[in-house]
Amino acid sequence: MSDILVSEQSAPGSGGSGRPSGRLLEVDDLRVEFRTRDGVAKVINGVTYHVDAGETLAVLGESGSGKSVTAQTIMGILDTPPGFVTGGQVRFHGKDMLRMSGEERRRIRGEGIAMIFQDALSALNPVFTVGFQIAEQFRVRRGLGRAEAKKRAIEMLDQVKIPNAKSRFNNYPHQFSGGMRQRAMIAMSLALDPEVLIADEPTTALDVTVQAQIMDLLAELQRERQMGMILITHDLGVVADVADRIAVMYAGRIVEEADVYDLYAKPAHPYTMGLIDSIPRLDEKGQQLRTIKGLPPNLMNIPPGCPFNPRCPMVQPVCREKVPPLLQVGTARASACHFAEELVNRD
Amino acid sequence: MGRYLLRRLLQLVPVFIGTTFLIYALVWAVPGDPFAGKCGERRCPDQYIAFMTEKYHLDQNVFVQYANYMKNLLQGDFGTTFSQREISDIILTSYPNTLKLALVALAIEAVIGLGAGVLTGLRRNGFLDNLVLVSTLFLIALPVFVVGFVLQWLLGVQWGIIKPTVSSEMRLSELIVPGFVLGSASVAYIARVARTSIAENRRADYVRTAIAKGLPMRRVVGVHLLRNSLIPVVTLLGTDLGALMGGAIVTEGIFGINGIGRQVFRAIVTKESATVVGIVVVLVLVYLVMNLLVDLLYAALDPRIRYE
Repeated sequence: MSDILVSEQSAPGSGGSGRPSGRLLEVDDLRVEFRTRDGVAKVINGVTYHVDAGETLAVLGESGSGKSVTAQTIMGILDTPPGFVTGGQVRFHGKDMLRMSGEERRRIRGEGIAMIFQDALSALNPVFTVGFQIAEQFRVRRGLGRAEAKKRAIEMLDQVKIPNAKSRFNNYPHQFSGGMRQRAMIAMSLALDPEVLIADEPTTALDVTVQAQIMDLLAELQRERQMGMILITHDLGVVADVADRIAVMYAGRIVEEADVYDLYAKPAHPYTMGLIDSIPRLDEKGQQLRTIKGLPPNLMNIPPGCPFNPRCPMVQPVCREKVPPLLQVGTARASACHFAEELVNRD
Repeated sequence: MGRYLLRRLLQLVPVFIGTTFLIYALVWAVPGDPFAGKCGERRCPDQYIAFMTEKYHLDQNVFVQYANYMKNLLQGDFGTTFSQREISDIILTSYPNTLKLALVALAIEAVIGLGAGVLTGLRRNGFLDNLVLVSTLFLIALPVFVVGFVLQWLLGVQWGIIKPTVSSEMRLSELIVPGFVLGSASVAYIARVARTSIAENRRADYVRTAIAKGLPMRRVVGVHLLRNSLIPVVTLLGTDLGALMGGAIVTEGIFGINGIGRQVFRAIVTKESATVVGIVVVLVLVYLVMNLLVDLLYAALDPRIRYE
């Protein structure tokens, strides 16, 4: 974790550094834009992060910060058009997936990198049984027969702790409760034993009590299988228990990356500070919730300098002119703030 | 499900009575003398007219006639023509021909319409999409008899690829061009509905999931996308069978097919009201049954639809 890559150094479109590093999955200086009728929105502006086997990286950010688009680009399910990758690399076992053939990429999906989505009701096909959709993985990707695939699918349903897995096999998604649906989704994505699991807001559509159960399940499965997990969320509470590292995104950039402990204890970016301050706290009952003032920038017209400068409580003239690069602060963390050192070294 | 089916079947009864009565009354109201020209150059003898009037209850009012007709119909008796031919006989010889033609048309609609719809729905605004849009517009705008005569002349007469008329054996190979002519307008509608439906579902979350699972594209489209896009297409196809059979008269005329269209036309001209009603009654049944089938198919296609 000591070599957090420095972004903003390679020229846009250069395709990143490209040197093998032994990492499982690396996103390197990724740039994505959405070309719409109203103009070009720069959605991802040089995102760099990585995840290794057995660790959980949480990607944190508001809606529109680009965390989901990054995941879609990794999976190769970005809607093109309007989305276009304009630069950078996504390396899996050191190989740039963005330059692979469609067939090579397809084979990585599900087996190398799998994904679970936010809303399992719409993400599962409504006209096929849950069992069919899990067994399909074994039949199409592993060439198993109907009976064997069914047996394996029921095992998967068991593993995600769906009671009566055998009879549930024949249920349709709409016959499942929200939590059960998300479990089924997890079972489906883990069927081929992927090395990396991307969970895109897996608990956002669920009740709070169910949220905790699903997060526990995910954490447990991740530990058992020693998967690398990318957990995309806007919920700081969800992150604290399960993540090893956190990458905070803002306006299509990583603004801070650190250990969970470091990040909570001493955020090195004013945006992260704002996020942590806005967590509702039991010991401040009755007080007004703190918020970050202002709105995220319009991605078609990102302000010059630091994209956070219009909302930053400690903005300085330099912030309006120079984009702060994501630089290492101390030993194991990075921040894209001109005043990161000061923030970390304050008492 | 059972109760739903029963209710639907019961609903058929008033619809059936209502439609058949309307048809009966309409044919009854057509002016003209059924005995005109029946006896050669001369006027028919009075005894003959009196006998026939008695036999066919022609002096009764429309309600009594209709009631008599329905009573016989329920016993499977379609009655006879004025020349003593069994109407059930006419129905049995002409219906299979029209049904065959309509089924071929339906199959062509399903294959070409759905195929074109899927291909264009996946790639909107491409070359193929524009080609299909223009050609479907063309087919919709052209009347059936134009398409029919042009193809008959071009393929049958000029190039000799097909025989210009269909033989009485009604071989499948002979029916392909007539079937296409009959279904030409519907092919266009099916293609457009399928295109819209595919394009809409193409961006659905579950399609994205299927891709993220690493399924081959043909399976994503052929299994996950298609199944969800079929419902509007099935509606159109199912209800089209009756329309194709009822509308086959022009195509039957062009290609010399002895179907119900020809029989109905002849019966109307000779004021054989029982024949007209008999044929149309069966057609009404086809419509009603197909509608019911389509509704039942919905539940098979989309498990979220349950009938109580």
